[in-house]
Amino acid sequence: MEFFRTDKIYDFMGKAKYFMTLSLILVLASWALLFFKGLNFGIDFAGGTIVQVRYDKPVDLPKIRAALKRSEVFKDASVTLFGSDKEIVIRIKSSSKNLKKDIGDEARAALAGTGHFEVRRVDMVGPKVGGELREKGLMAMVIAILGILIYVSIRFEWRFALASVLALVHDVSIAMGAIALFDVPVNLDILAAILTILGYSLNDTIIVFDRIREGIIESTKLRSLDEVINESITKTLSRTTLTSLTTFFVVLTLYLFGGEIIKGFSFTLLIGIIVGTYSSIFIASPLLKILGFNLEEYRKKLAEKKRRQAEKERMRAMYEQGMV
Amino acid sequence: MRWLNWRLALFILVFITGVALSLPSLLNLKEGPKITLGLDLQGGLHMLLGVDTKAAIHSKIKSIASSIKYYAEQNDILIDDLRVKQNEVSFKLLDPDDAKKIEEFLDKEKGLKVEKIGEEYHISLTPKAIEEVKQYAIKQAVDTIRNRLDQFGLAEPTVAKQGKDKILVELPGIKTPQEEQRVRKLIAKAAHLQLMAVDEARQARVDQMTPEEAAQYGDVILKDRHGRKYLVKEIPILDGSMIKDARVAFDRNNQPVINFTLNSEGARIFGDFTAKNVGKRLAVILDNTIYSAPVIRERIGGGSGQISGGFSLEEAHDVAIALRSGALLAPVYMEEKRSIGPSLGADSIRQSMIALISGFVLVVIFMAIYYGIAGIIADIALIANLFLILGVMALFGATLTLPGMAGIVLTVGMAVDANVIINERIRELLREGVSVKKAIEQGYKNAMSAILDANITTLIAAIVLYAYGTGPIKGFAITMSIGILASMLTAIVGTHGIYEALLPKIEKSKNLNLWFGIKV
Repeated sequence: MEFFRTDKIYDFMGKAKYFMTLSLILVLASWALLFFKGLNFGIDFAGGTIVQVRYDKPVDLPKIRAALKRSEVFKDASVTLFGSDKEIVIRIKSSSKNLKKDIGDEARAALAGTGHFEVRRVDMVGPKVGGELREKGLMAMVIAILGILIYVSIRFEWRFALASVLALVHDVSIAMGAIALFDVPVNLDILAAILTILGYSLNDTIIVFDRIREGIIESTKLRSLDEVINESITKTLSRTTLTSLTTFFVVLTLYLFGGEIIKGFSFTLLIGIIVGTYSSIFIASPLLKILGFNLEEYRKKLAEKKRRQAEKERMRAMYEQGMV
Repeated sequence: MRWLNWRLALFILVFITGVALSLPSLLNLKEGPKITLGLDLQGGLHMLLGVDTKAAIHSKIKSIASSIKYYAEQNDILIDDLRVKQNEVSFKLLDPDDAKKIEEFLDKEKGLKVEKIGEEYHISLTPKAIEEVKQYAIKQAVDTIRNRLDQFGLAEPTVAKQGKDKILVELPGIKTPQEEQRVRKLIAKAAHLQLMAVDEARQARVDQMTPEEAAQYGDVILKDRHGRKYLVKEIPILDGSMIKDARVAFDRNNQPVINFTLNSEGARIFGDFTAKNVGKRLAVILDNTIYSAPVIRERIGGGSGQISGGFSLEEAHDVAIALRSGALLAPVYMEEKRSIGPSLGADSIRQSMIALISGFVLVVIFMAIYYGIAGIIADIALIANLFLILGVMALFGATLTLPGMAGIVLTVGMAVDANVIINERIRELLREGVSVKKAIEQGYKNAMSAILDANITTLIAAIVLYAYGTGPIKGFAITMSIGILASMLTAIVGTHGIYEALLPKIEKSKNLNLWFGIKV
């Protein structure tokens, strides 16, 4: 089976301005969302408490809310169904330092009389730990991006590196915009998902760039950068689509069957895979051109490198034969 | 055996090792290396505790006061107005001639800052000593909590210092809320045993006295369990640090009590005190509550005592553990808590297994349809990859968490990537009319740099995640990293070996649609 006809080169660069415009709109819209609506930080970063409770019958939410209103600790709690009509999650912004009578005990006391229930999960993060996790999370993002930037710079020319990082910023911005739009609580698992998107999207971009570099080195007849890019993207198109599809499949099953706890994580990945695939095909390479990548100069540089390499080998051969 | 080549041999070896190492975990065998399930999958209690180091400093100040008082009594130095504040002790000498003696004593004690304002001495801790007290309090809390949990008899408790000033406690063995609450109480129990003298001269007026007035006499007001007030000397005769052992026993009414034994120094102090104070009362105080205040009838030698009063057997058992493992120098409090019921963990395992299996089946079928036999070869590599991830995790005793399961699911999708790249390259060459043998060789060669770059960048993200993540997230980084590394072996070396072995058959059949899913 084959998805794409191989005898045709698609003209990606000719349509680049439409895709760039679309992306620019999406990124700006995401930034606006992040700025005006903001992220819904979960307890890992903001501190607070989550109590997950399962009842043996479908729950009576008003009754539970009324019961919680009477409790000092839970009077401002938000209560929502969680996954099924028998399970709820109670969220409050505060936490408690007390070990002897902790917030789980308080919850059991407050819910007494609302039916037969089991407290299945209590997550509590104090303000100090929340602050530390926030700091660490930010550090992780920065270091991951720096590490990737350094690696790509070593492997490719700097414009490749910059273009791929800009594509990453594009992907992460849109993914975070979606998180803000759908009010997904941002916890450590979302951070993990975003870092995975970083790695994944870069993965796609690099494979296209690798092909562009190969196209530049191998093409004997003089072709424009547009032609090289179009051919490279076309040749990697079925690979990009296929890998994205298989990854999309598994993340979708994770989203559908993996349970409520990792819904946010798999949702972020789903968005990331779609955006990452799109940007590798339509955004990263045009960026290369916008950044002023010059085919002629690059060719000269490569030729120079090759010449020096050959020279070195000639010298070595002469040395080994005892000529010097 | 002409079909066997080194790549295939290595692949088969890796495959078998992977299966062998993962079987104990999959079949839940008793023997062999096993994957540890994280708290989020097996249920349990995770806590990050903070230590109230201010309290440790205050209690250090108090113990300095005790030792000054003891030294003064031993050497017939009369001191007046001995006061303990948050961070300092102050006192005056009645006889200025004693100044030299007491100053010599204070000089010998390390880490003290001594100031003399007029006739009054002010003693506090140097900044270095304060830091030492803090560090010691944290270390002591870690040791004490570990000791208590070891004695409590839960399976595999983890107690470790985390960061600069926190204590990580992980208890996978907790199954019920009641058990959890009991353990939390045991951890939090200060277990601060004090024996204090009742101020008999003023005890009669205790109900009218304010704490400030009591402080003027160097006394404090404490209550017993029924709310009755006692006026006791603030500086204790001795405390729990001199306890050698504590055991649960039963009194005449068959009520649980705790018998404790003091070490030799404690026994001597206790003996001296009881000899001098016959007829007066001695209060037994645990965590600022008076448990009993019996009248001293005669000198008590041998250094043993009893705490009695309305314990349940469970409480008595826990108090005895706490006394044996020592008091907490500073109170601990909760900074972070994650508790997961066993039923939720089981649900998470079931749900992520369903996701893993359905994702896996989708990918396997898709690859077979799209690439024909080349797809099936990639599928074999994928299966080997899964076993290898589990096997390596079992070998190193790594912990599998819920995000870790997600990482495995994700690996299923991403591990076939290498094969997709390779297969696309081979197809490209075949279309150009290259022979099968050459297409395979060249295809692997052309795909290599892209595969390496792609995997290394993902690995960078995973390593950063491991370094900065906590608990469950680390599990995600672990399974991702192992999955990526394993895919290098299975998807690149392994499939290459299989192609080499099958090459004569492919060349003979010439049906490229069957083998590679393309029509040329």
